[in-house]
Order: sequence, then C-alpha cells, then structure tokens
Amino acid sequence: MSDVTSDVTVVARDTKLVTKQLPAADIMGESPLHHADLASIAEHGPKEGGVHFHERKLMGLLTLRCLPSLEQQEMIKSLLGVALPMQPLTSVTTNESSMGNVSVRWVSPDEWLIIVEADKACGIESHFHDKLMGHFSLVNISGGTTIFDVSGDDVVEMLKKSTPVDLHASEFPVGKVVSTVFAKSGAMICRLADDKFELVVRRSFADYLWLWIQDASREYGLVVKA
Amino acid sequence: MFHIYCPHCCEYREEEEFHASGQAHISRPLDPDACTDKEWGEFMYFRANPRGIHHELWVHGAGCRKYFNITRHTQTYEILEVYKVGEKPSIVANEAK
Repeated sequence: MSDVTSDVTVVARDTKLVTKQLPAADIMGESPLHHADLASIAEHGPKEGGVHFHERKLMGLLTLRCLPSLEQQEMIKSLLGVALPMQPLTSVTTNESSMGNVSVRWVSPDEWLIIVEADKACGIESHFHDKLMGHFSLVNISGGTTIFDVSGDDVVEMLKKSTPVDLHASEFPVGKVVSTVFAKSGAMICRLADDKFELVVRRSFADYLWLWIQDASREYGLVVKA
Repeated sequence: MFHIYCPHCCEYREEEEFHASGQAHISRPLDPDACTDKEWGEFMYFRANPRGIHHELWVHGAGCRKYFNITRHTQTYEILEVYKVGEKPSIVANEAK
C-alpha cells in the first residue's frame, strides 16, 4: 500500500492522529456518483425542469460529539468562527470564518455536523485537538458521505414522495435541519432557501438515492447542474 | 401509525423514524454473580404485558438516535406521556386493586 499512502500527510500528535484525507496527483478523488458522469448529463441533458440536482461532491464533513461546557462553546466558536447551534433542529452558516465557508448542523443534543471545504477539514481537526480542552470527539466522515443539493419550483413535491417530514414553510423554515428517513434510506435534510434543500446522504446509498430522485422527479423534469 | 413527540428534537415525527425497544425501567442487578437463576432469568427474559398503562423505551433511530420513554395505553394505543431517560413518569397505573 506504500504507493497509495506516499503523499498522505499524517500529523502526529500526543493523543490523536489527524490525517489529511485529500486527493493528490496520483490519488484521484472520486465522488460516490463518479460512475454516473453528472458533468456529461449536465452538459447534454435537459436544461429546463421543475427539479434541479447538483452533487456538492468531496466536501469536508466532520462529526462533533460533546456536551459542551460554556468554555468549550466559546473555544468552538473561536475555532469555527461561528457558535454551535444549541437549539434543536437549527443550523448556522458563515462565510466570514478564517476557515472559509463553515456550516454547522444540529444533529442531536450532543452531536453536530460541520461542513467545510475539503481542504479545511484537516486544519479544523488539528485545531480542535490542539486547543479544545475537555471531553469531546471529532471525526472526519468526508469519505462516508456526500451532499446533494436539490432545488427548483417542484422540489418540495419531489421531496414529499421521499420523506415523511412536514416540508411546509410554516413547519420547515429556511435553516431548519432534520435527520429522517428518505426513500428506503436516510438523509439529513436542511432547507437552504425556499426552494433549495441540502441532503447529506451516506456514500453507500448515494447511487440508490440518485436513481430514486431521478424517478421521483420524472413528472416535473430533472435538470442536472454541474 | 403513531405520531410521536421526540423530547430531544422537540417535535412530532412519524412512527417510521422510531423503533420500540421494549419495557422501560428495567434495572440490571448490581451484582449479577449474586443472583439466583430465577432472578437473572426474570431480569433477562420476563417482561410485563399489562392491559392498560405501559412504560416503554423507544429510540429515535432515523433522527437524533436518542432513547426516551413513552407511557402508552396498550388497549387504546394512546400515548399518554413522553419523558427522557432518567426522568420519572407522572402518569402511572393505579396499583391499588
């Protein structure tokens, strides 16, 4: 395996190994929908339709688990540039952080999902292990997940076929995030705008959900965006 | 189909997201080695099956993945109360008969 790991930087620490999980010249980064060749579909496929699909691939996703004390919350805020959303089912996004664009999603009372650009994940992990005291766990799950952005005039109609959560704007405002069942798999759904949703899905279910979304969008027309 | 209030997500969700995990408030014997076979067997295998109020452990498997308790009426299926693990139910069956 030495030919594979030669360009992977491993930063040794007292208690924690943080690995830079980035593609390199000889290590190709492939999203779970690599085989679907979305770029060609975007180029040659339909240009108009009620549902727009975009895979935001190869992002940096980190799972933070802790019951943060006030000191930890302050430190996390200074590390991420944004405070942890402590209210259930809420999320925050900032593009003014030193870490670039940072999104934090509430998952459960002691769990958050941090979404950043791929090249920032290792830095955040290192900073957390260097600076954050107390009991916590931060795990890079970038390789196990991918993000679908679905939008368009009929996106809510398409999602209604797929998930039991109430998507009406009065129950599901912009910024709300839920983990729920999606088709016969699961997804974390966040409303980014009135007609735009983000689905965080498991890598192994990405192909199934891509096929599902194509089928569910058929009557509205599906536009793939590069 | 139940419409269940998750005390961690603080909202109602469909039953599809949850999984029932059996009777609540079963405490493991502090010293299993000191148990008789009967005591251990009852802890492991024997569960209440009341007609009426029943306290159950549920998990919000597709959501926050947290466990919590539900007080349910087994005849009407009505969910009378939802409370977190570690809390005491306010609705209990009337034991005096």
